[in-house]
Amino acid sequence: MINFEYIRASSVKAAVNALAKNPTGGFIAGGTNLIDLMKRGVTAPTRLIDINNLPLKQVEETSAGLSIGALAINSEVSENDLVKNNYPLLSMAFAAGASAQLRNMATVGGNMMQRTRCTYFYDTTMPCNKRQPGSGCGALQGHNRMHAIFGASDKCIAVHPSDMCVALAALNATVTVSGAKGERKILFTDFHRLPGDKPELDNNLQKGEIITGIIIPKNNFNKNHYLKIRDRASYAFALISVAAALEVSGDTIKKASLAMGGVAHKPWRLTESEKFLIGKTASKENFSKAAELAMKGARGYGHNNFKLKMGPIAIVEALIKANTGNTDGKD
Amino acid sequence: MDNNCKNEGRRDFLKKSTVLAALAVASPALVKAGEHDEKIAALFEKIPLNIDVNGKAYNLSVEPRVTLLDFLREQLHLFGTKKGCDYGQCGACTVHVDGKRINSCLSLAVMNEGKKITTIEGLADGEELHPMQKAFIKHDGFQCGYCTPGQIMSAVACINEGHANSRDEVREFMSGNICRCGAYPNIVDAVIEVKKGGQSA
Repeated sequence: MINFEYIRASSVKAAVNALAKNPTGGFIAGGTNLIDLMKRGVTAPTRLIDINNLPLKQVEETSAGLSIGALAINSEVSENDLVKNNYPLLSMAFAAGASAQLRNMATVGGNMMQRTRCTYFYDTTMPCNKRQPGSGCGALQGHNRMHAIFGASDKCIAVHPSDMCVALAALNATVTVSGAKGERKILFTDFHRLPGDKPELDNNLQKGEIITGIIIPKNNFNKNHYLKIRDRASYAFALISVAAALEVSGDTIKKASLAMGGVAHKPWRLTESEKFLIGKTASKENFSKAAELAMKGARGYGHNNFKLKMGPIAIVEALIKANTGNTDGKD
Repeated sequence: MDNNCKNEGRRDFLKKSTVLAALAVASPALVKAGEHDEKIAALFEKIPLNIDVNGKAYNLSVEPRVTLLDFLREQLHLFGTKKGCDYGQCGACTVHVDGKRINSCLSLAVMNEGKKITTIEGLADGEELHPMQKAFIKHDGFQCGYCTPGQIMSAVACINEGHANSRDEVREFMSGNICRCGAYPNIVDAVIEVKKGGQSA
């Protein structure tokens, strides 16, 4: 690992200032992805600003909803009673991510900022427009089994690897960020971006800004499930995941929120499926129709063509499991 | 970037020398987090680190890029914690930080200022092995043994967290520890036995 300056920030303002003084620097929280990337030479910040001492660790109900600090630890949020009882979808998504050790280190903000696990991004001997703009995309014609089926571009077909983010997209969360110009809010679904012509940008955070937390509005979703399909039973990135949240009264769906992981450069909301489901009976037939709608515009790149078949099956499965009340996080 | 470094080299050197001198006369324990910021940035090469490892307090200096794993092995010569993948994928480097299990290969030593670390060397009570160590021996929870320190540290935490209530739960919450020999069934046996014995670390 190339050495760097190390600073401990004592306030959000100090952290922002320390980064402004050295734009080739970066923040470090849990470090579970950043240190990995630095060891491999994928990234080489000249200054690391340790933000772990900042007071951004809260998990608390507010009038606006559940407020979670950017530095709240994944395992602690996952097991928090407020989250388990009122936002079980988020708890399930956390439990599906990484390993117990990594969840003890990783923060909520860091989870959002993690980079793709595309092997071409990680392998510095290979072309990658995300790592080195203009060098090409190795995955497009290469091994692309793990890659996107929605919203990709000819510059990049990588996917965002997070589980937590898929649940937060479905739960209509808002991100709060702080920068030199003050604070602002970003809808969670607008936080990450599609690759387009600038795959080097994972999200819409401006230079010098820091994530301070997220807010999840209160909801009446009484049927929740996070389904994750992966190559082994635990501790693997998603081939496809589905976050399904339904508000069902009797047999009628009052509200539906759906997002997929492992399929796009950002958590992929299924807005057409959601619209279709509102007012419908919660039945397998309607779930199948919703899944069909969700797959409009999907395309495979060879090795990942299986995701085109797996996608609708996963959506139906997640909806059935949500609807049958299996909200304990176990498939 | 290299050019920048060279241009600023002389000024940085002077700045660092001053700070180094200042820090040399101050006890490392006196360098509190609040005073760190710019001073520490200027230091660049080595940063004072106060850390408790297996009940022993250390005041040492480390380069920022040294991981907790390398610090434990190379500076403290605690070779029980193993370097498997070095990328957080295998769990061989699992240690406890303030009682929580983590991958020491993905944490910088300097990020653990003021923390209490427990490694496999700190688990036994003198000559008396920890119940989990005994259970691993009894159930043959290893073959080559390379993953074993990480497995044991993880297993102790797994029970402390309350995640060892069934074989399925143990398998799920021990998934961050890979055993290439495939001793998994015996490892689960060991964890379940200690859990049933009501033992904790």
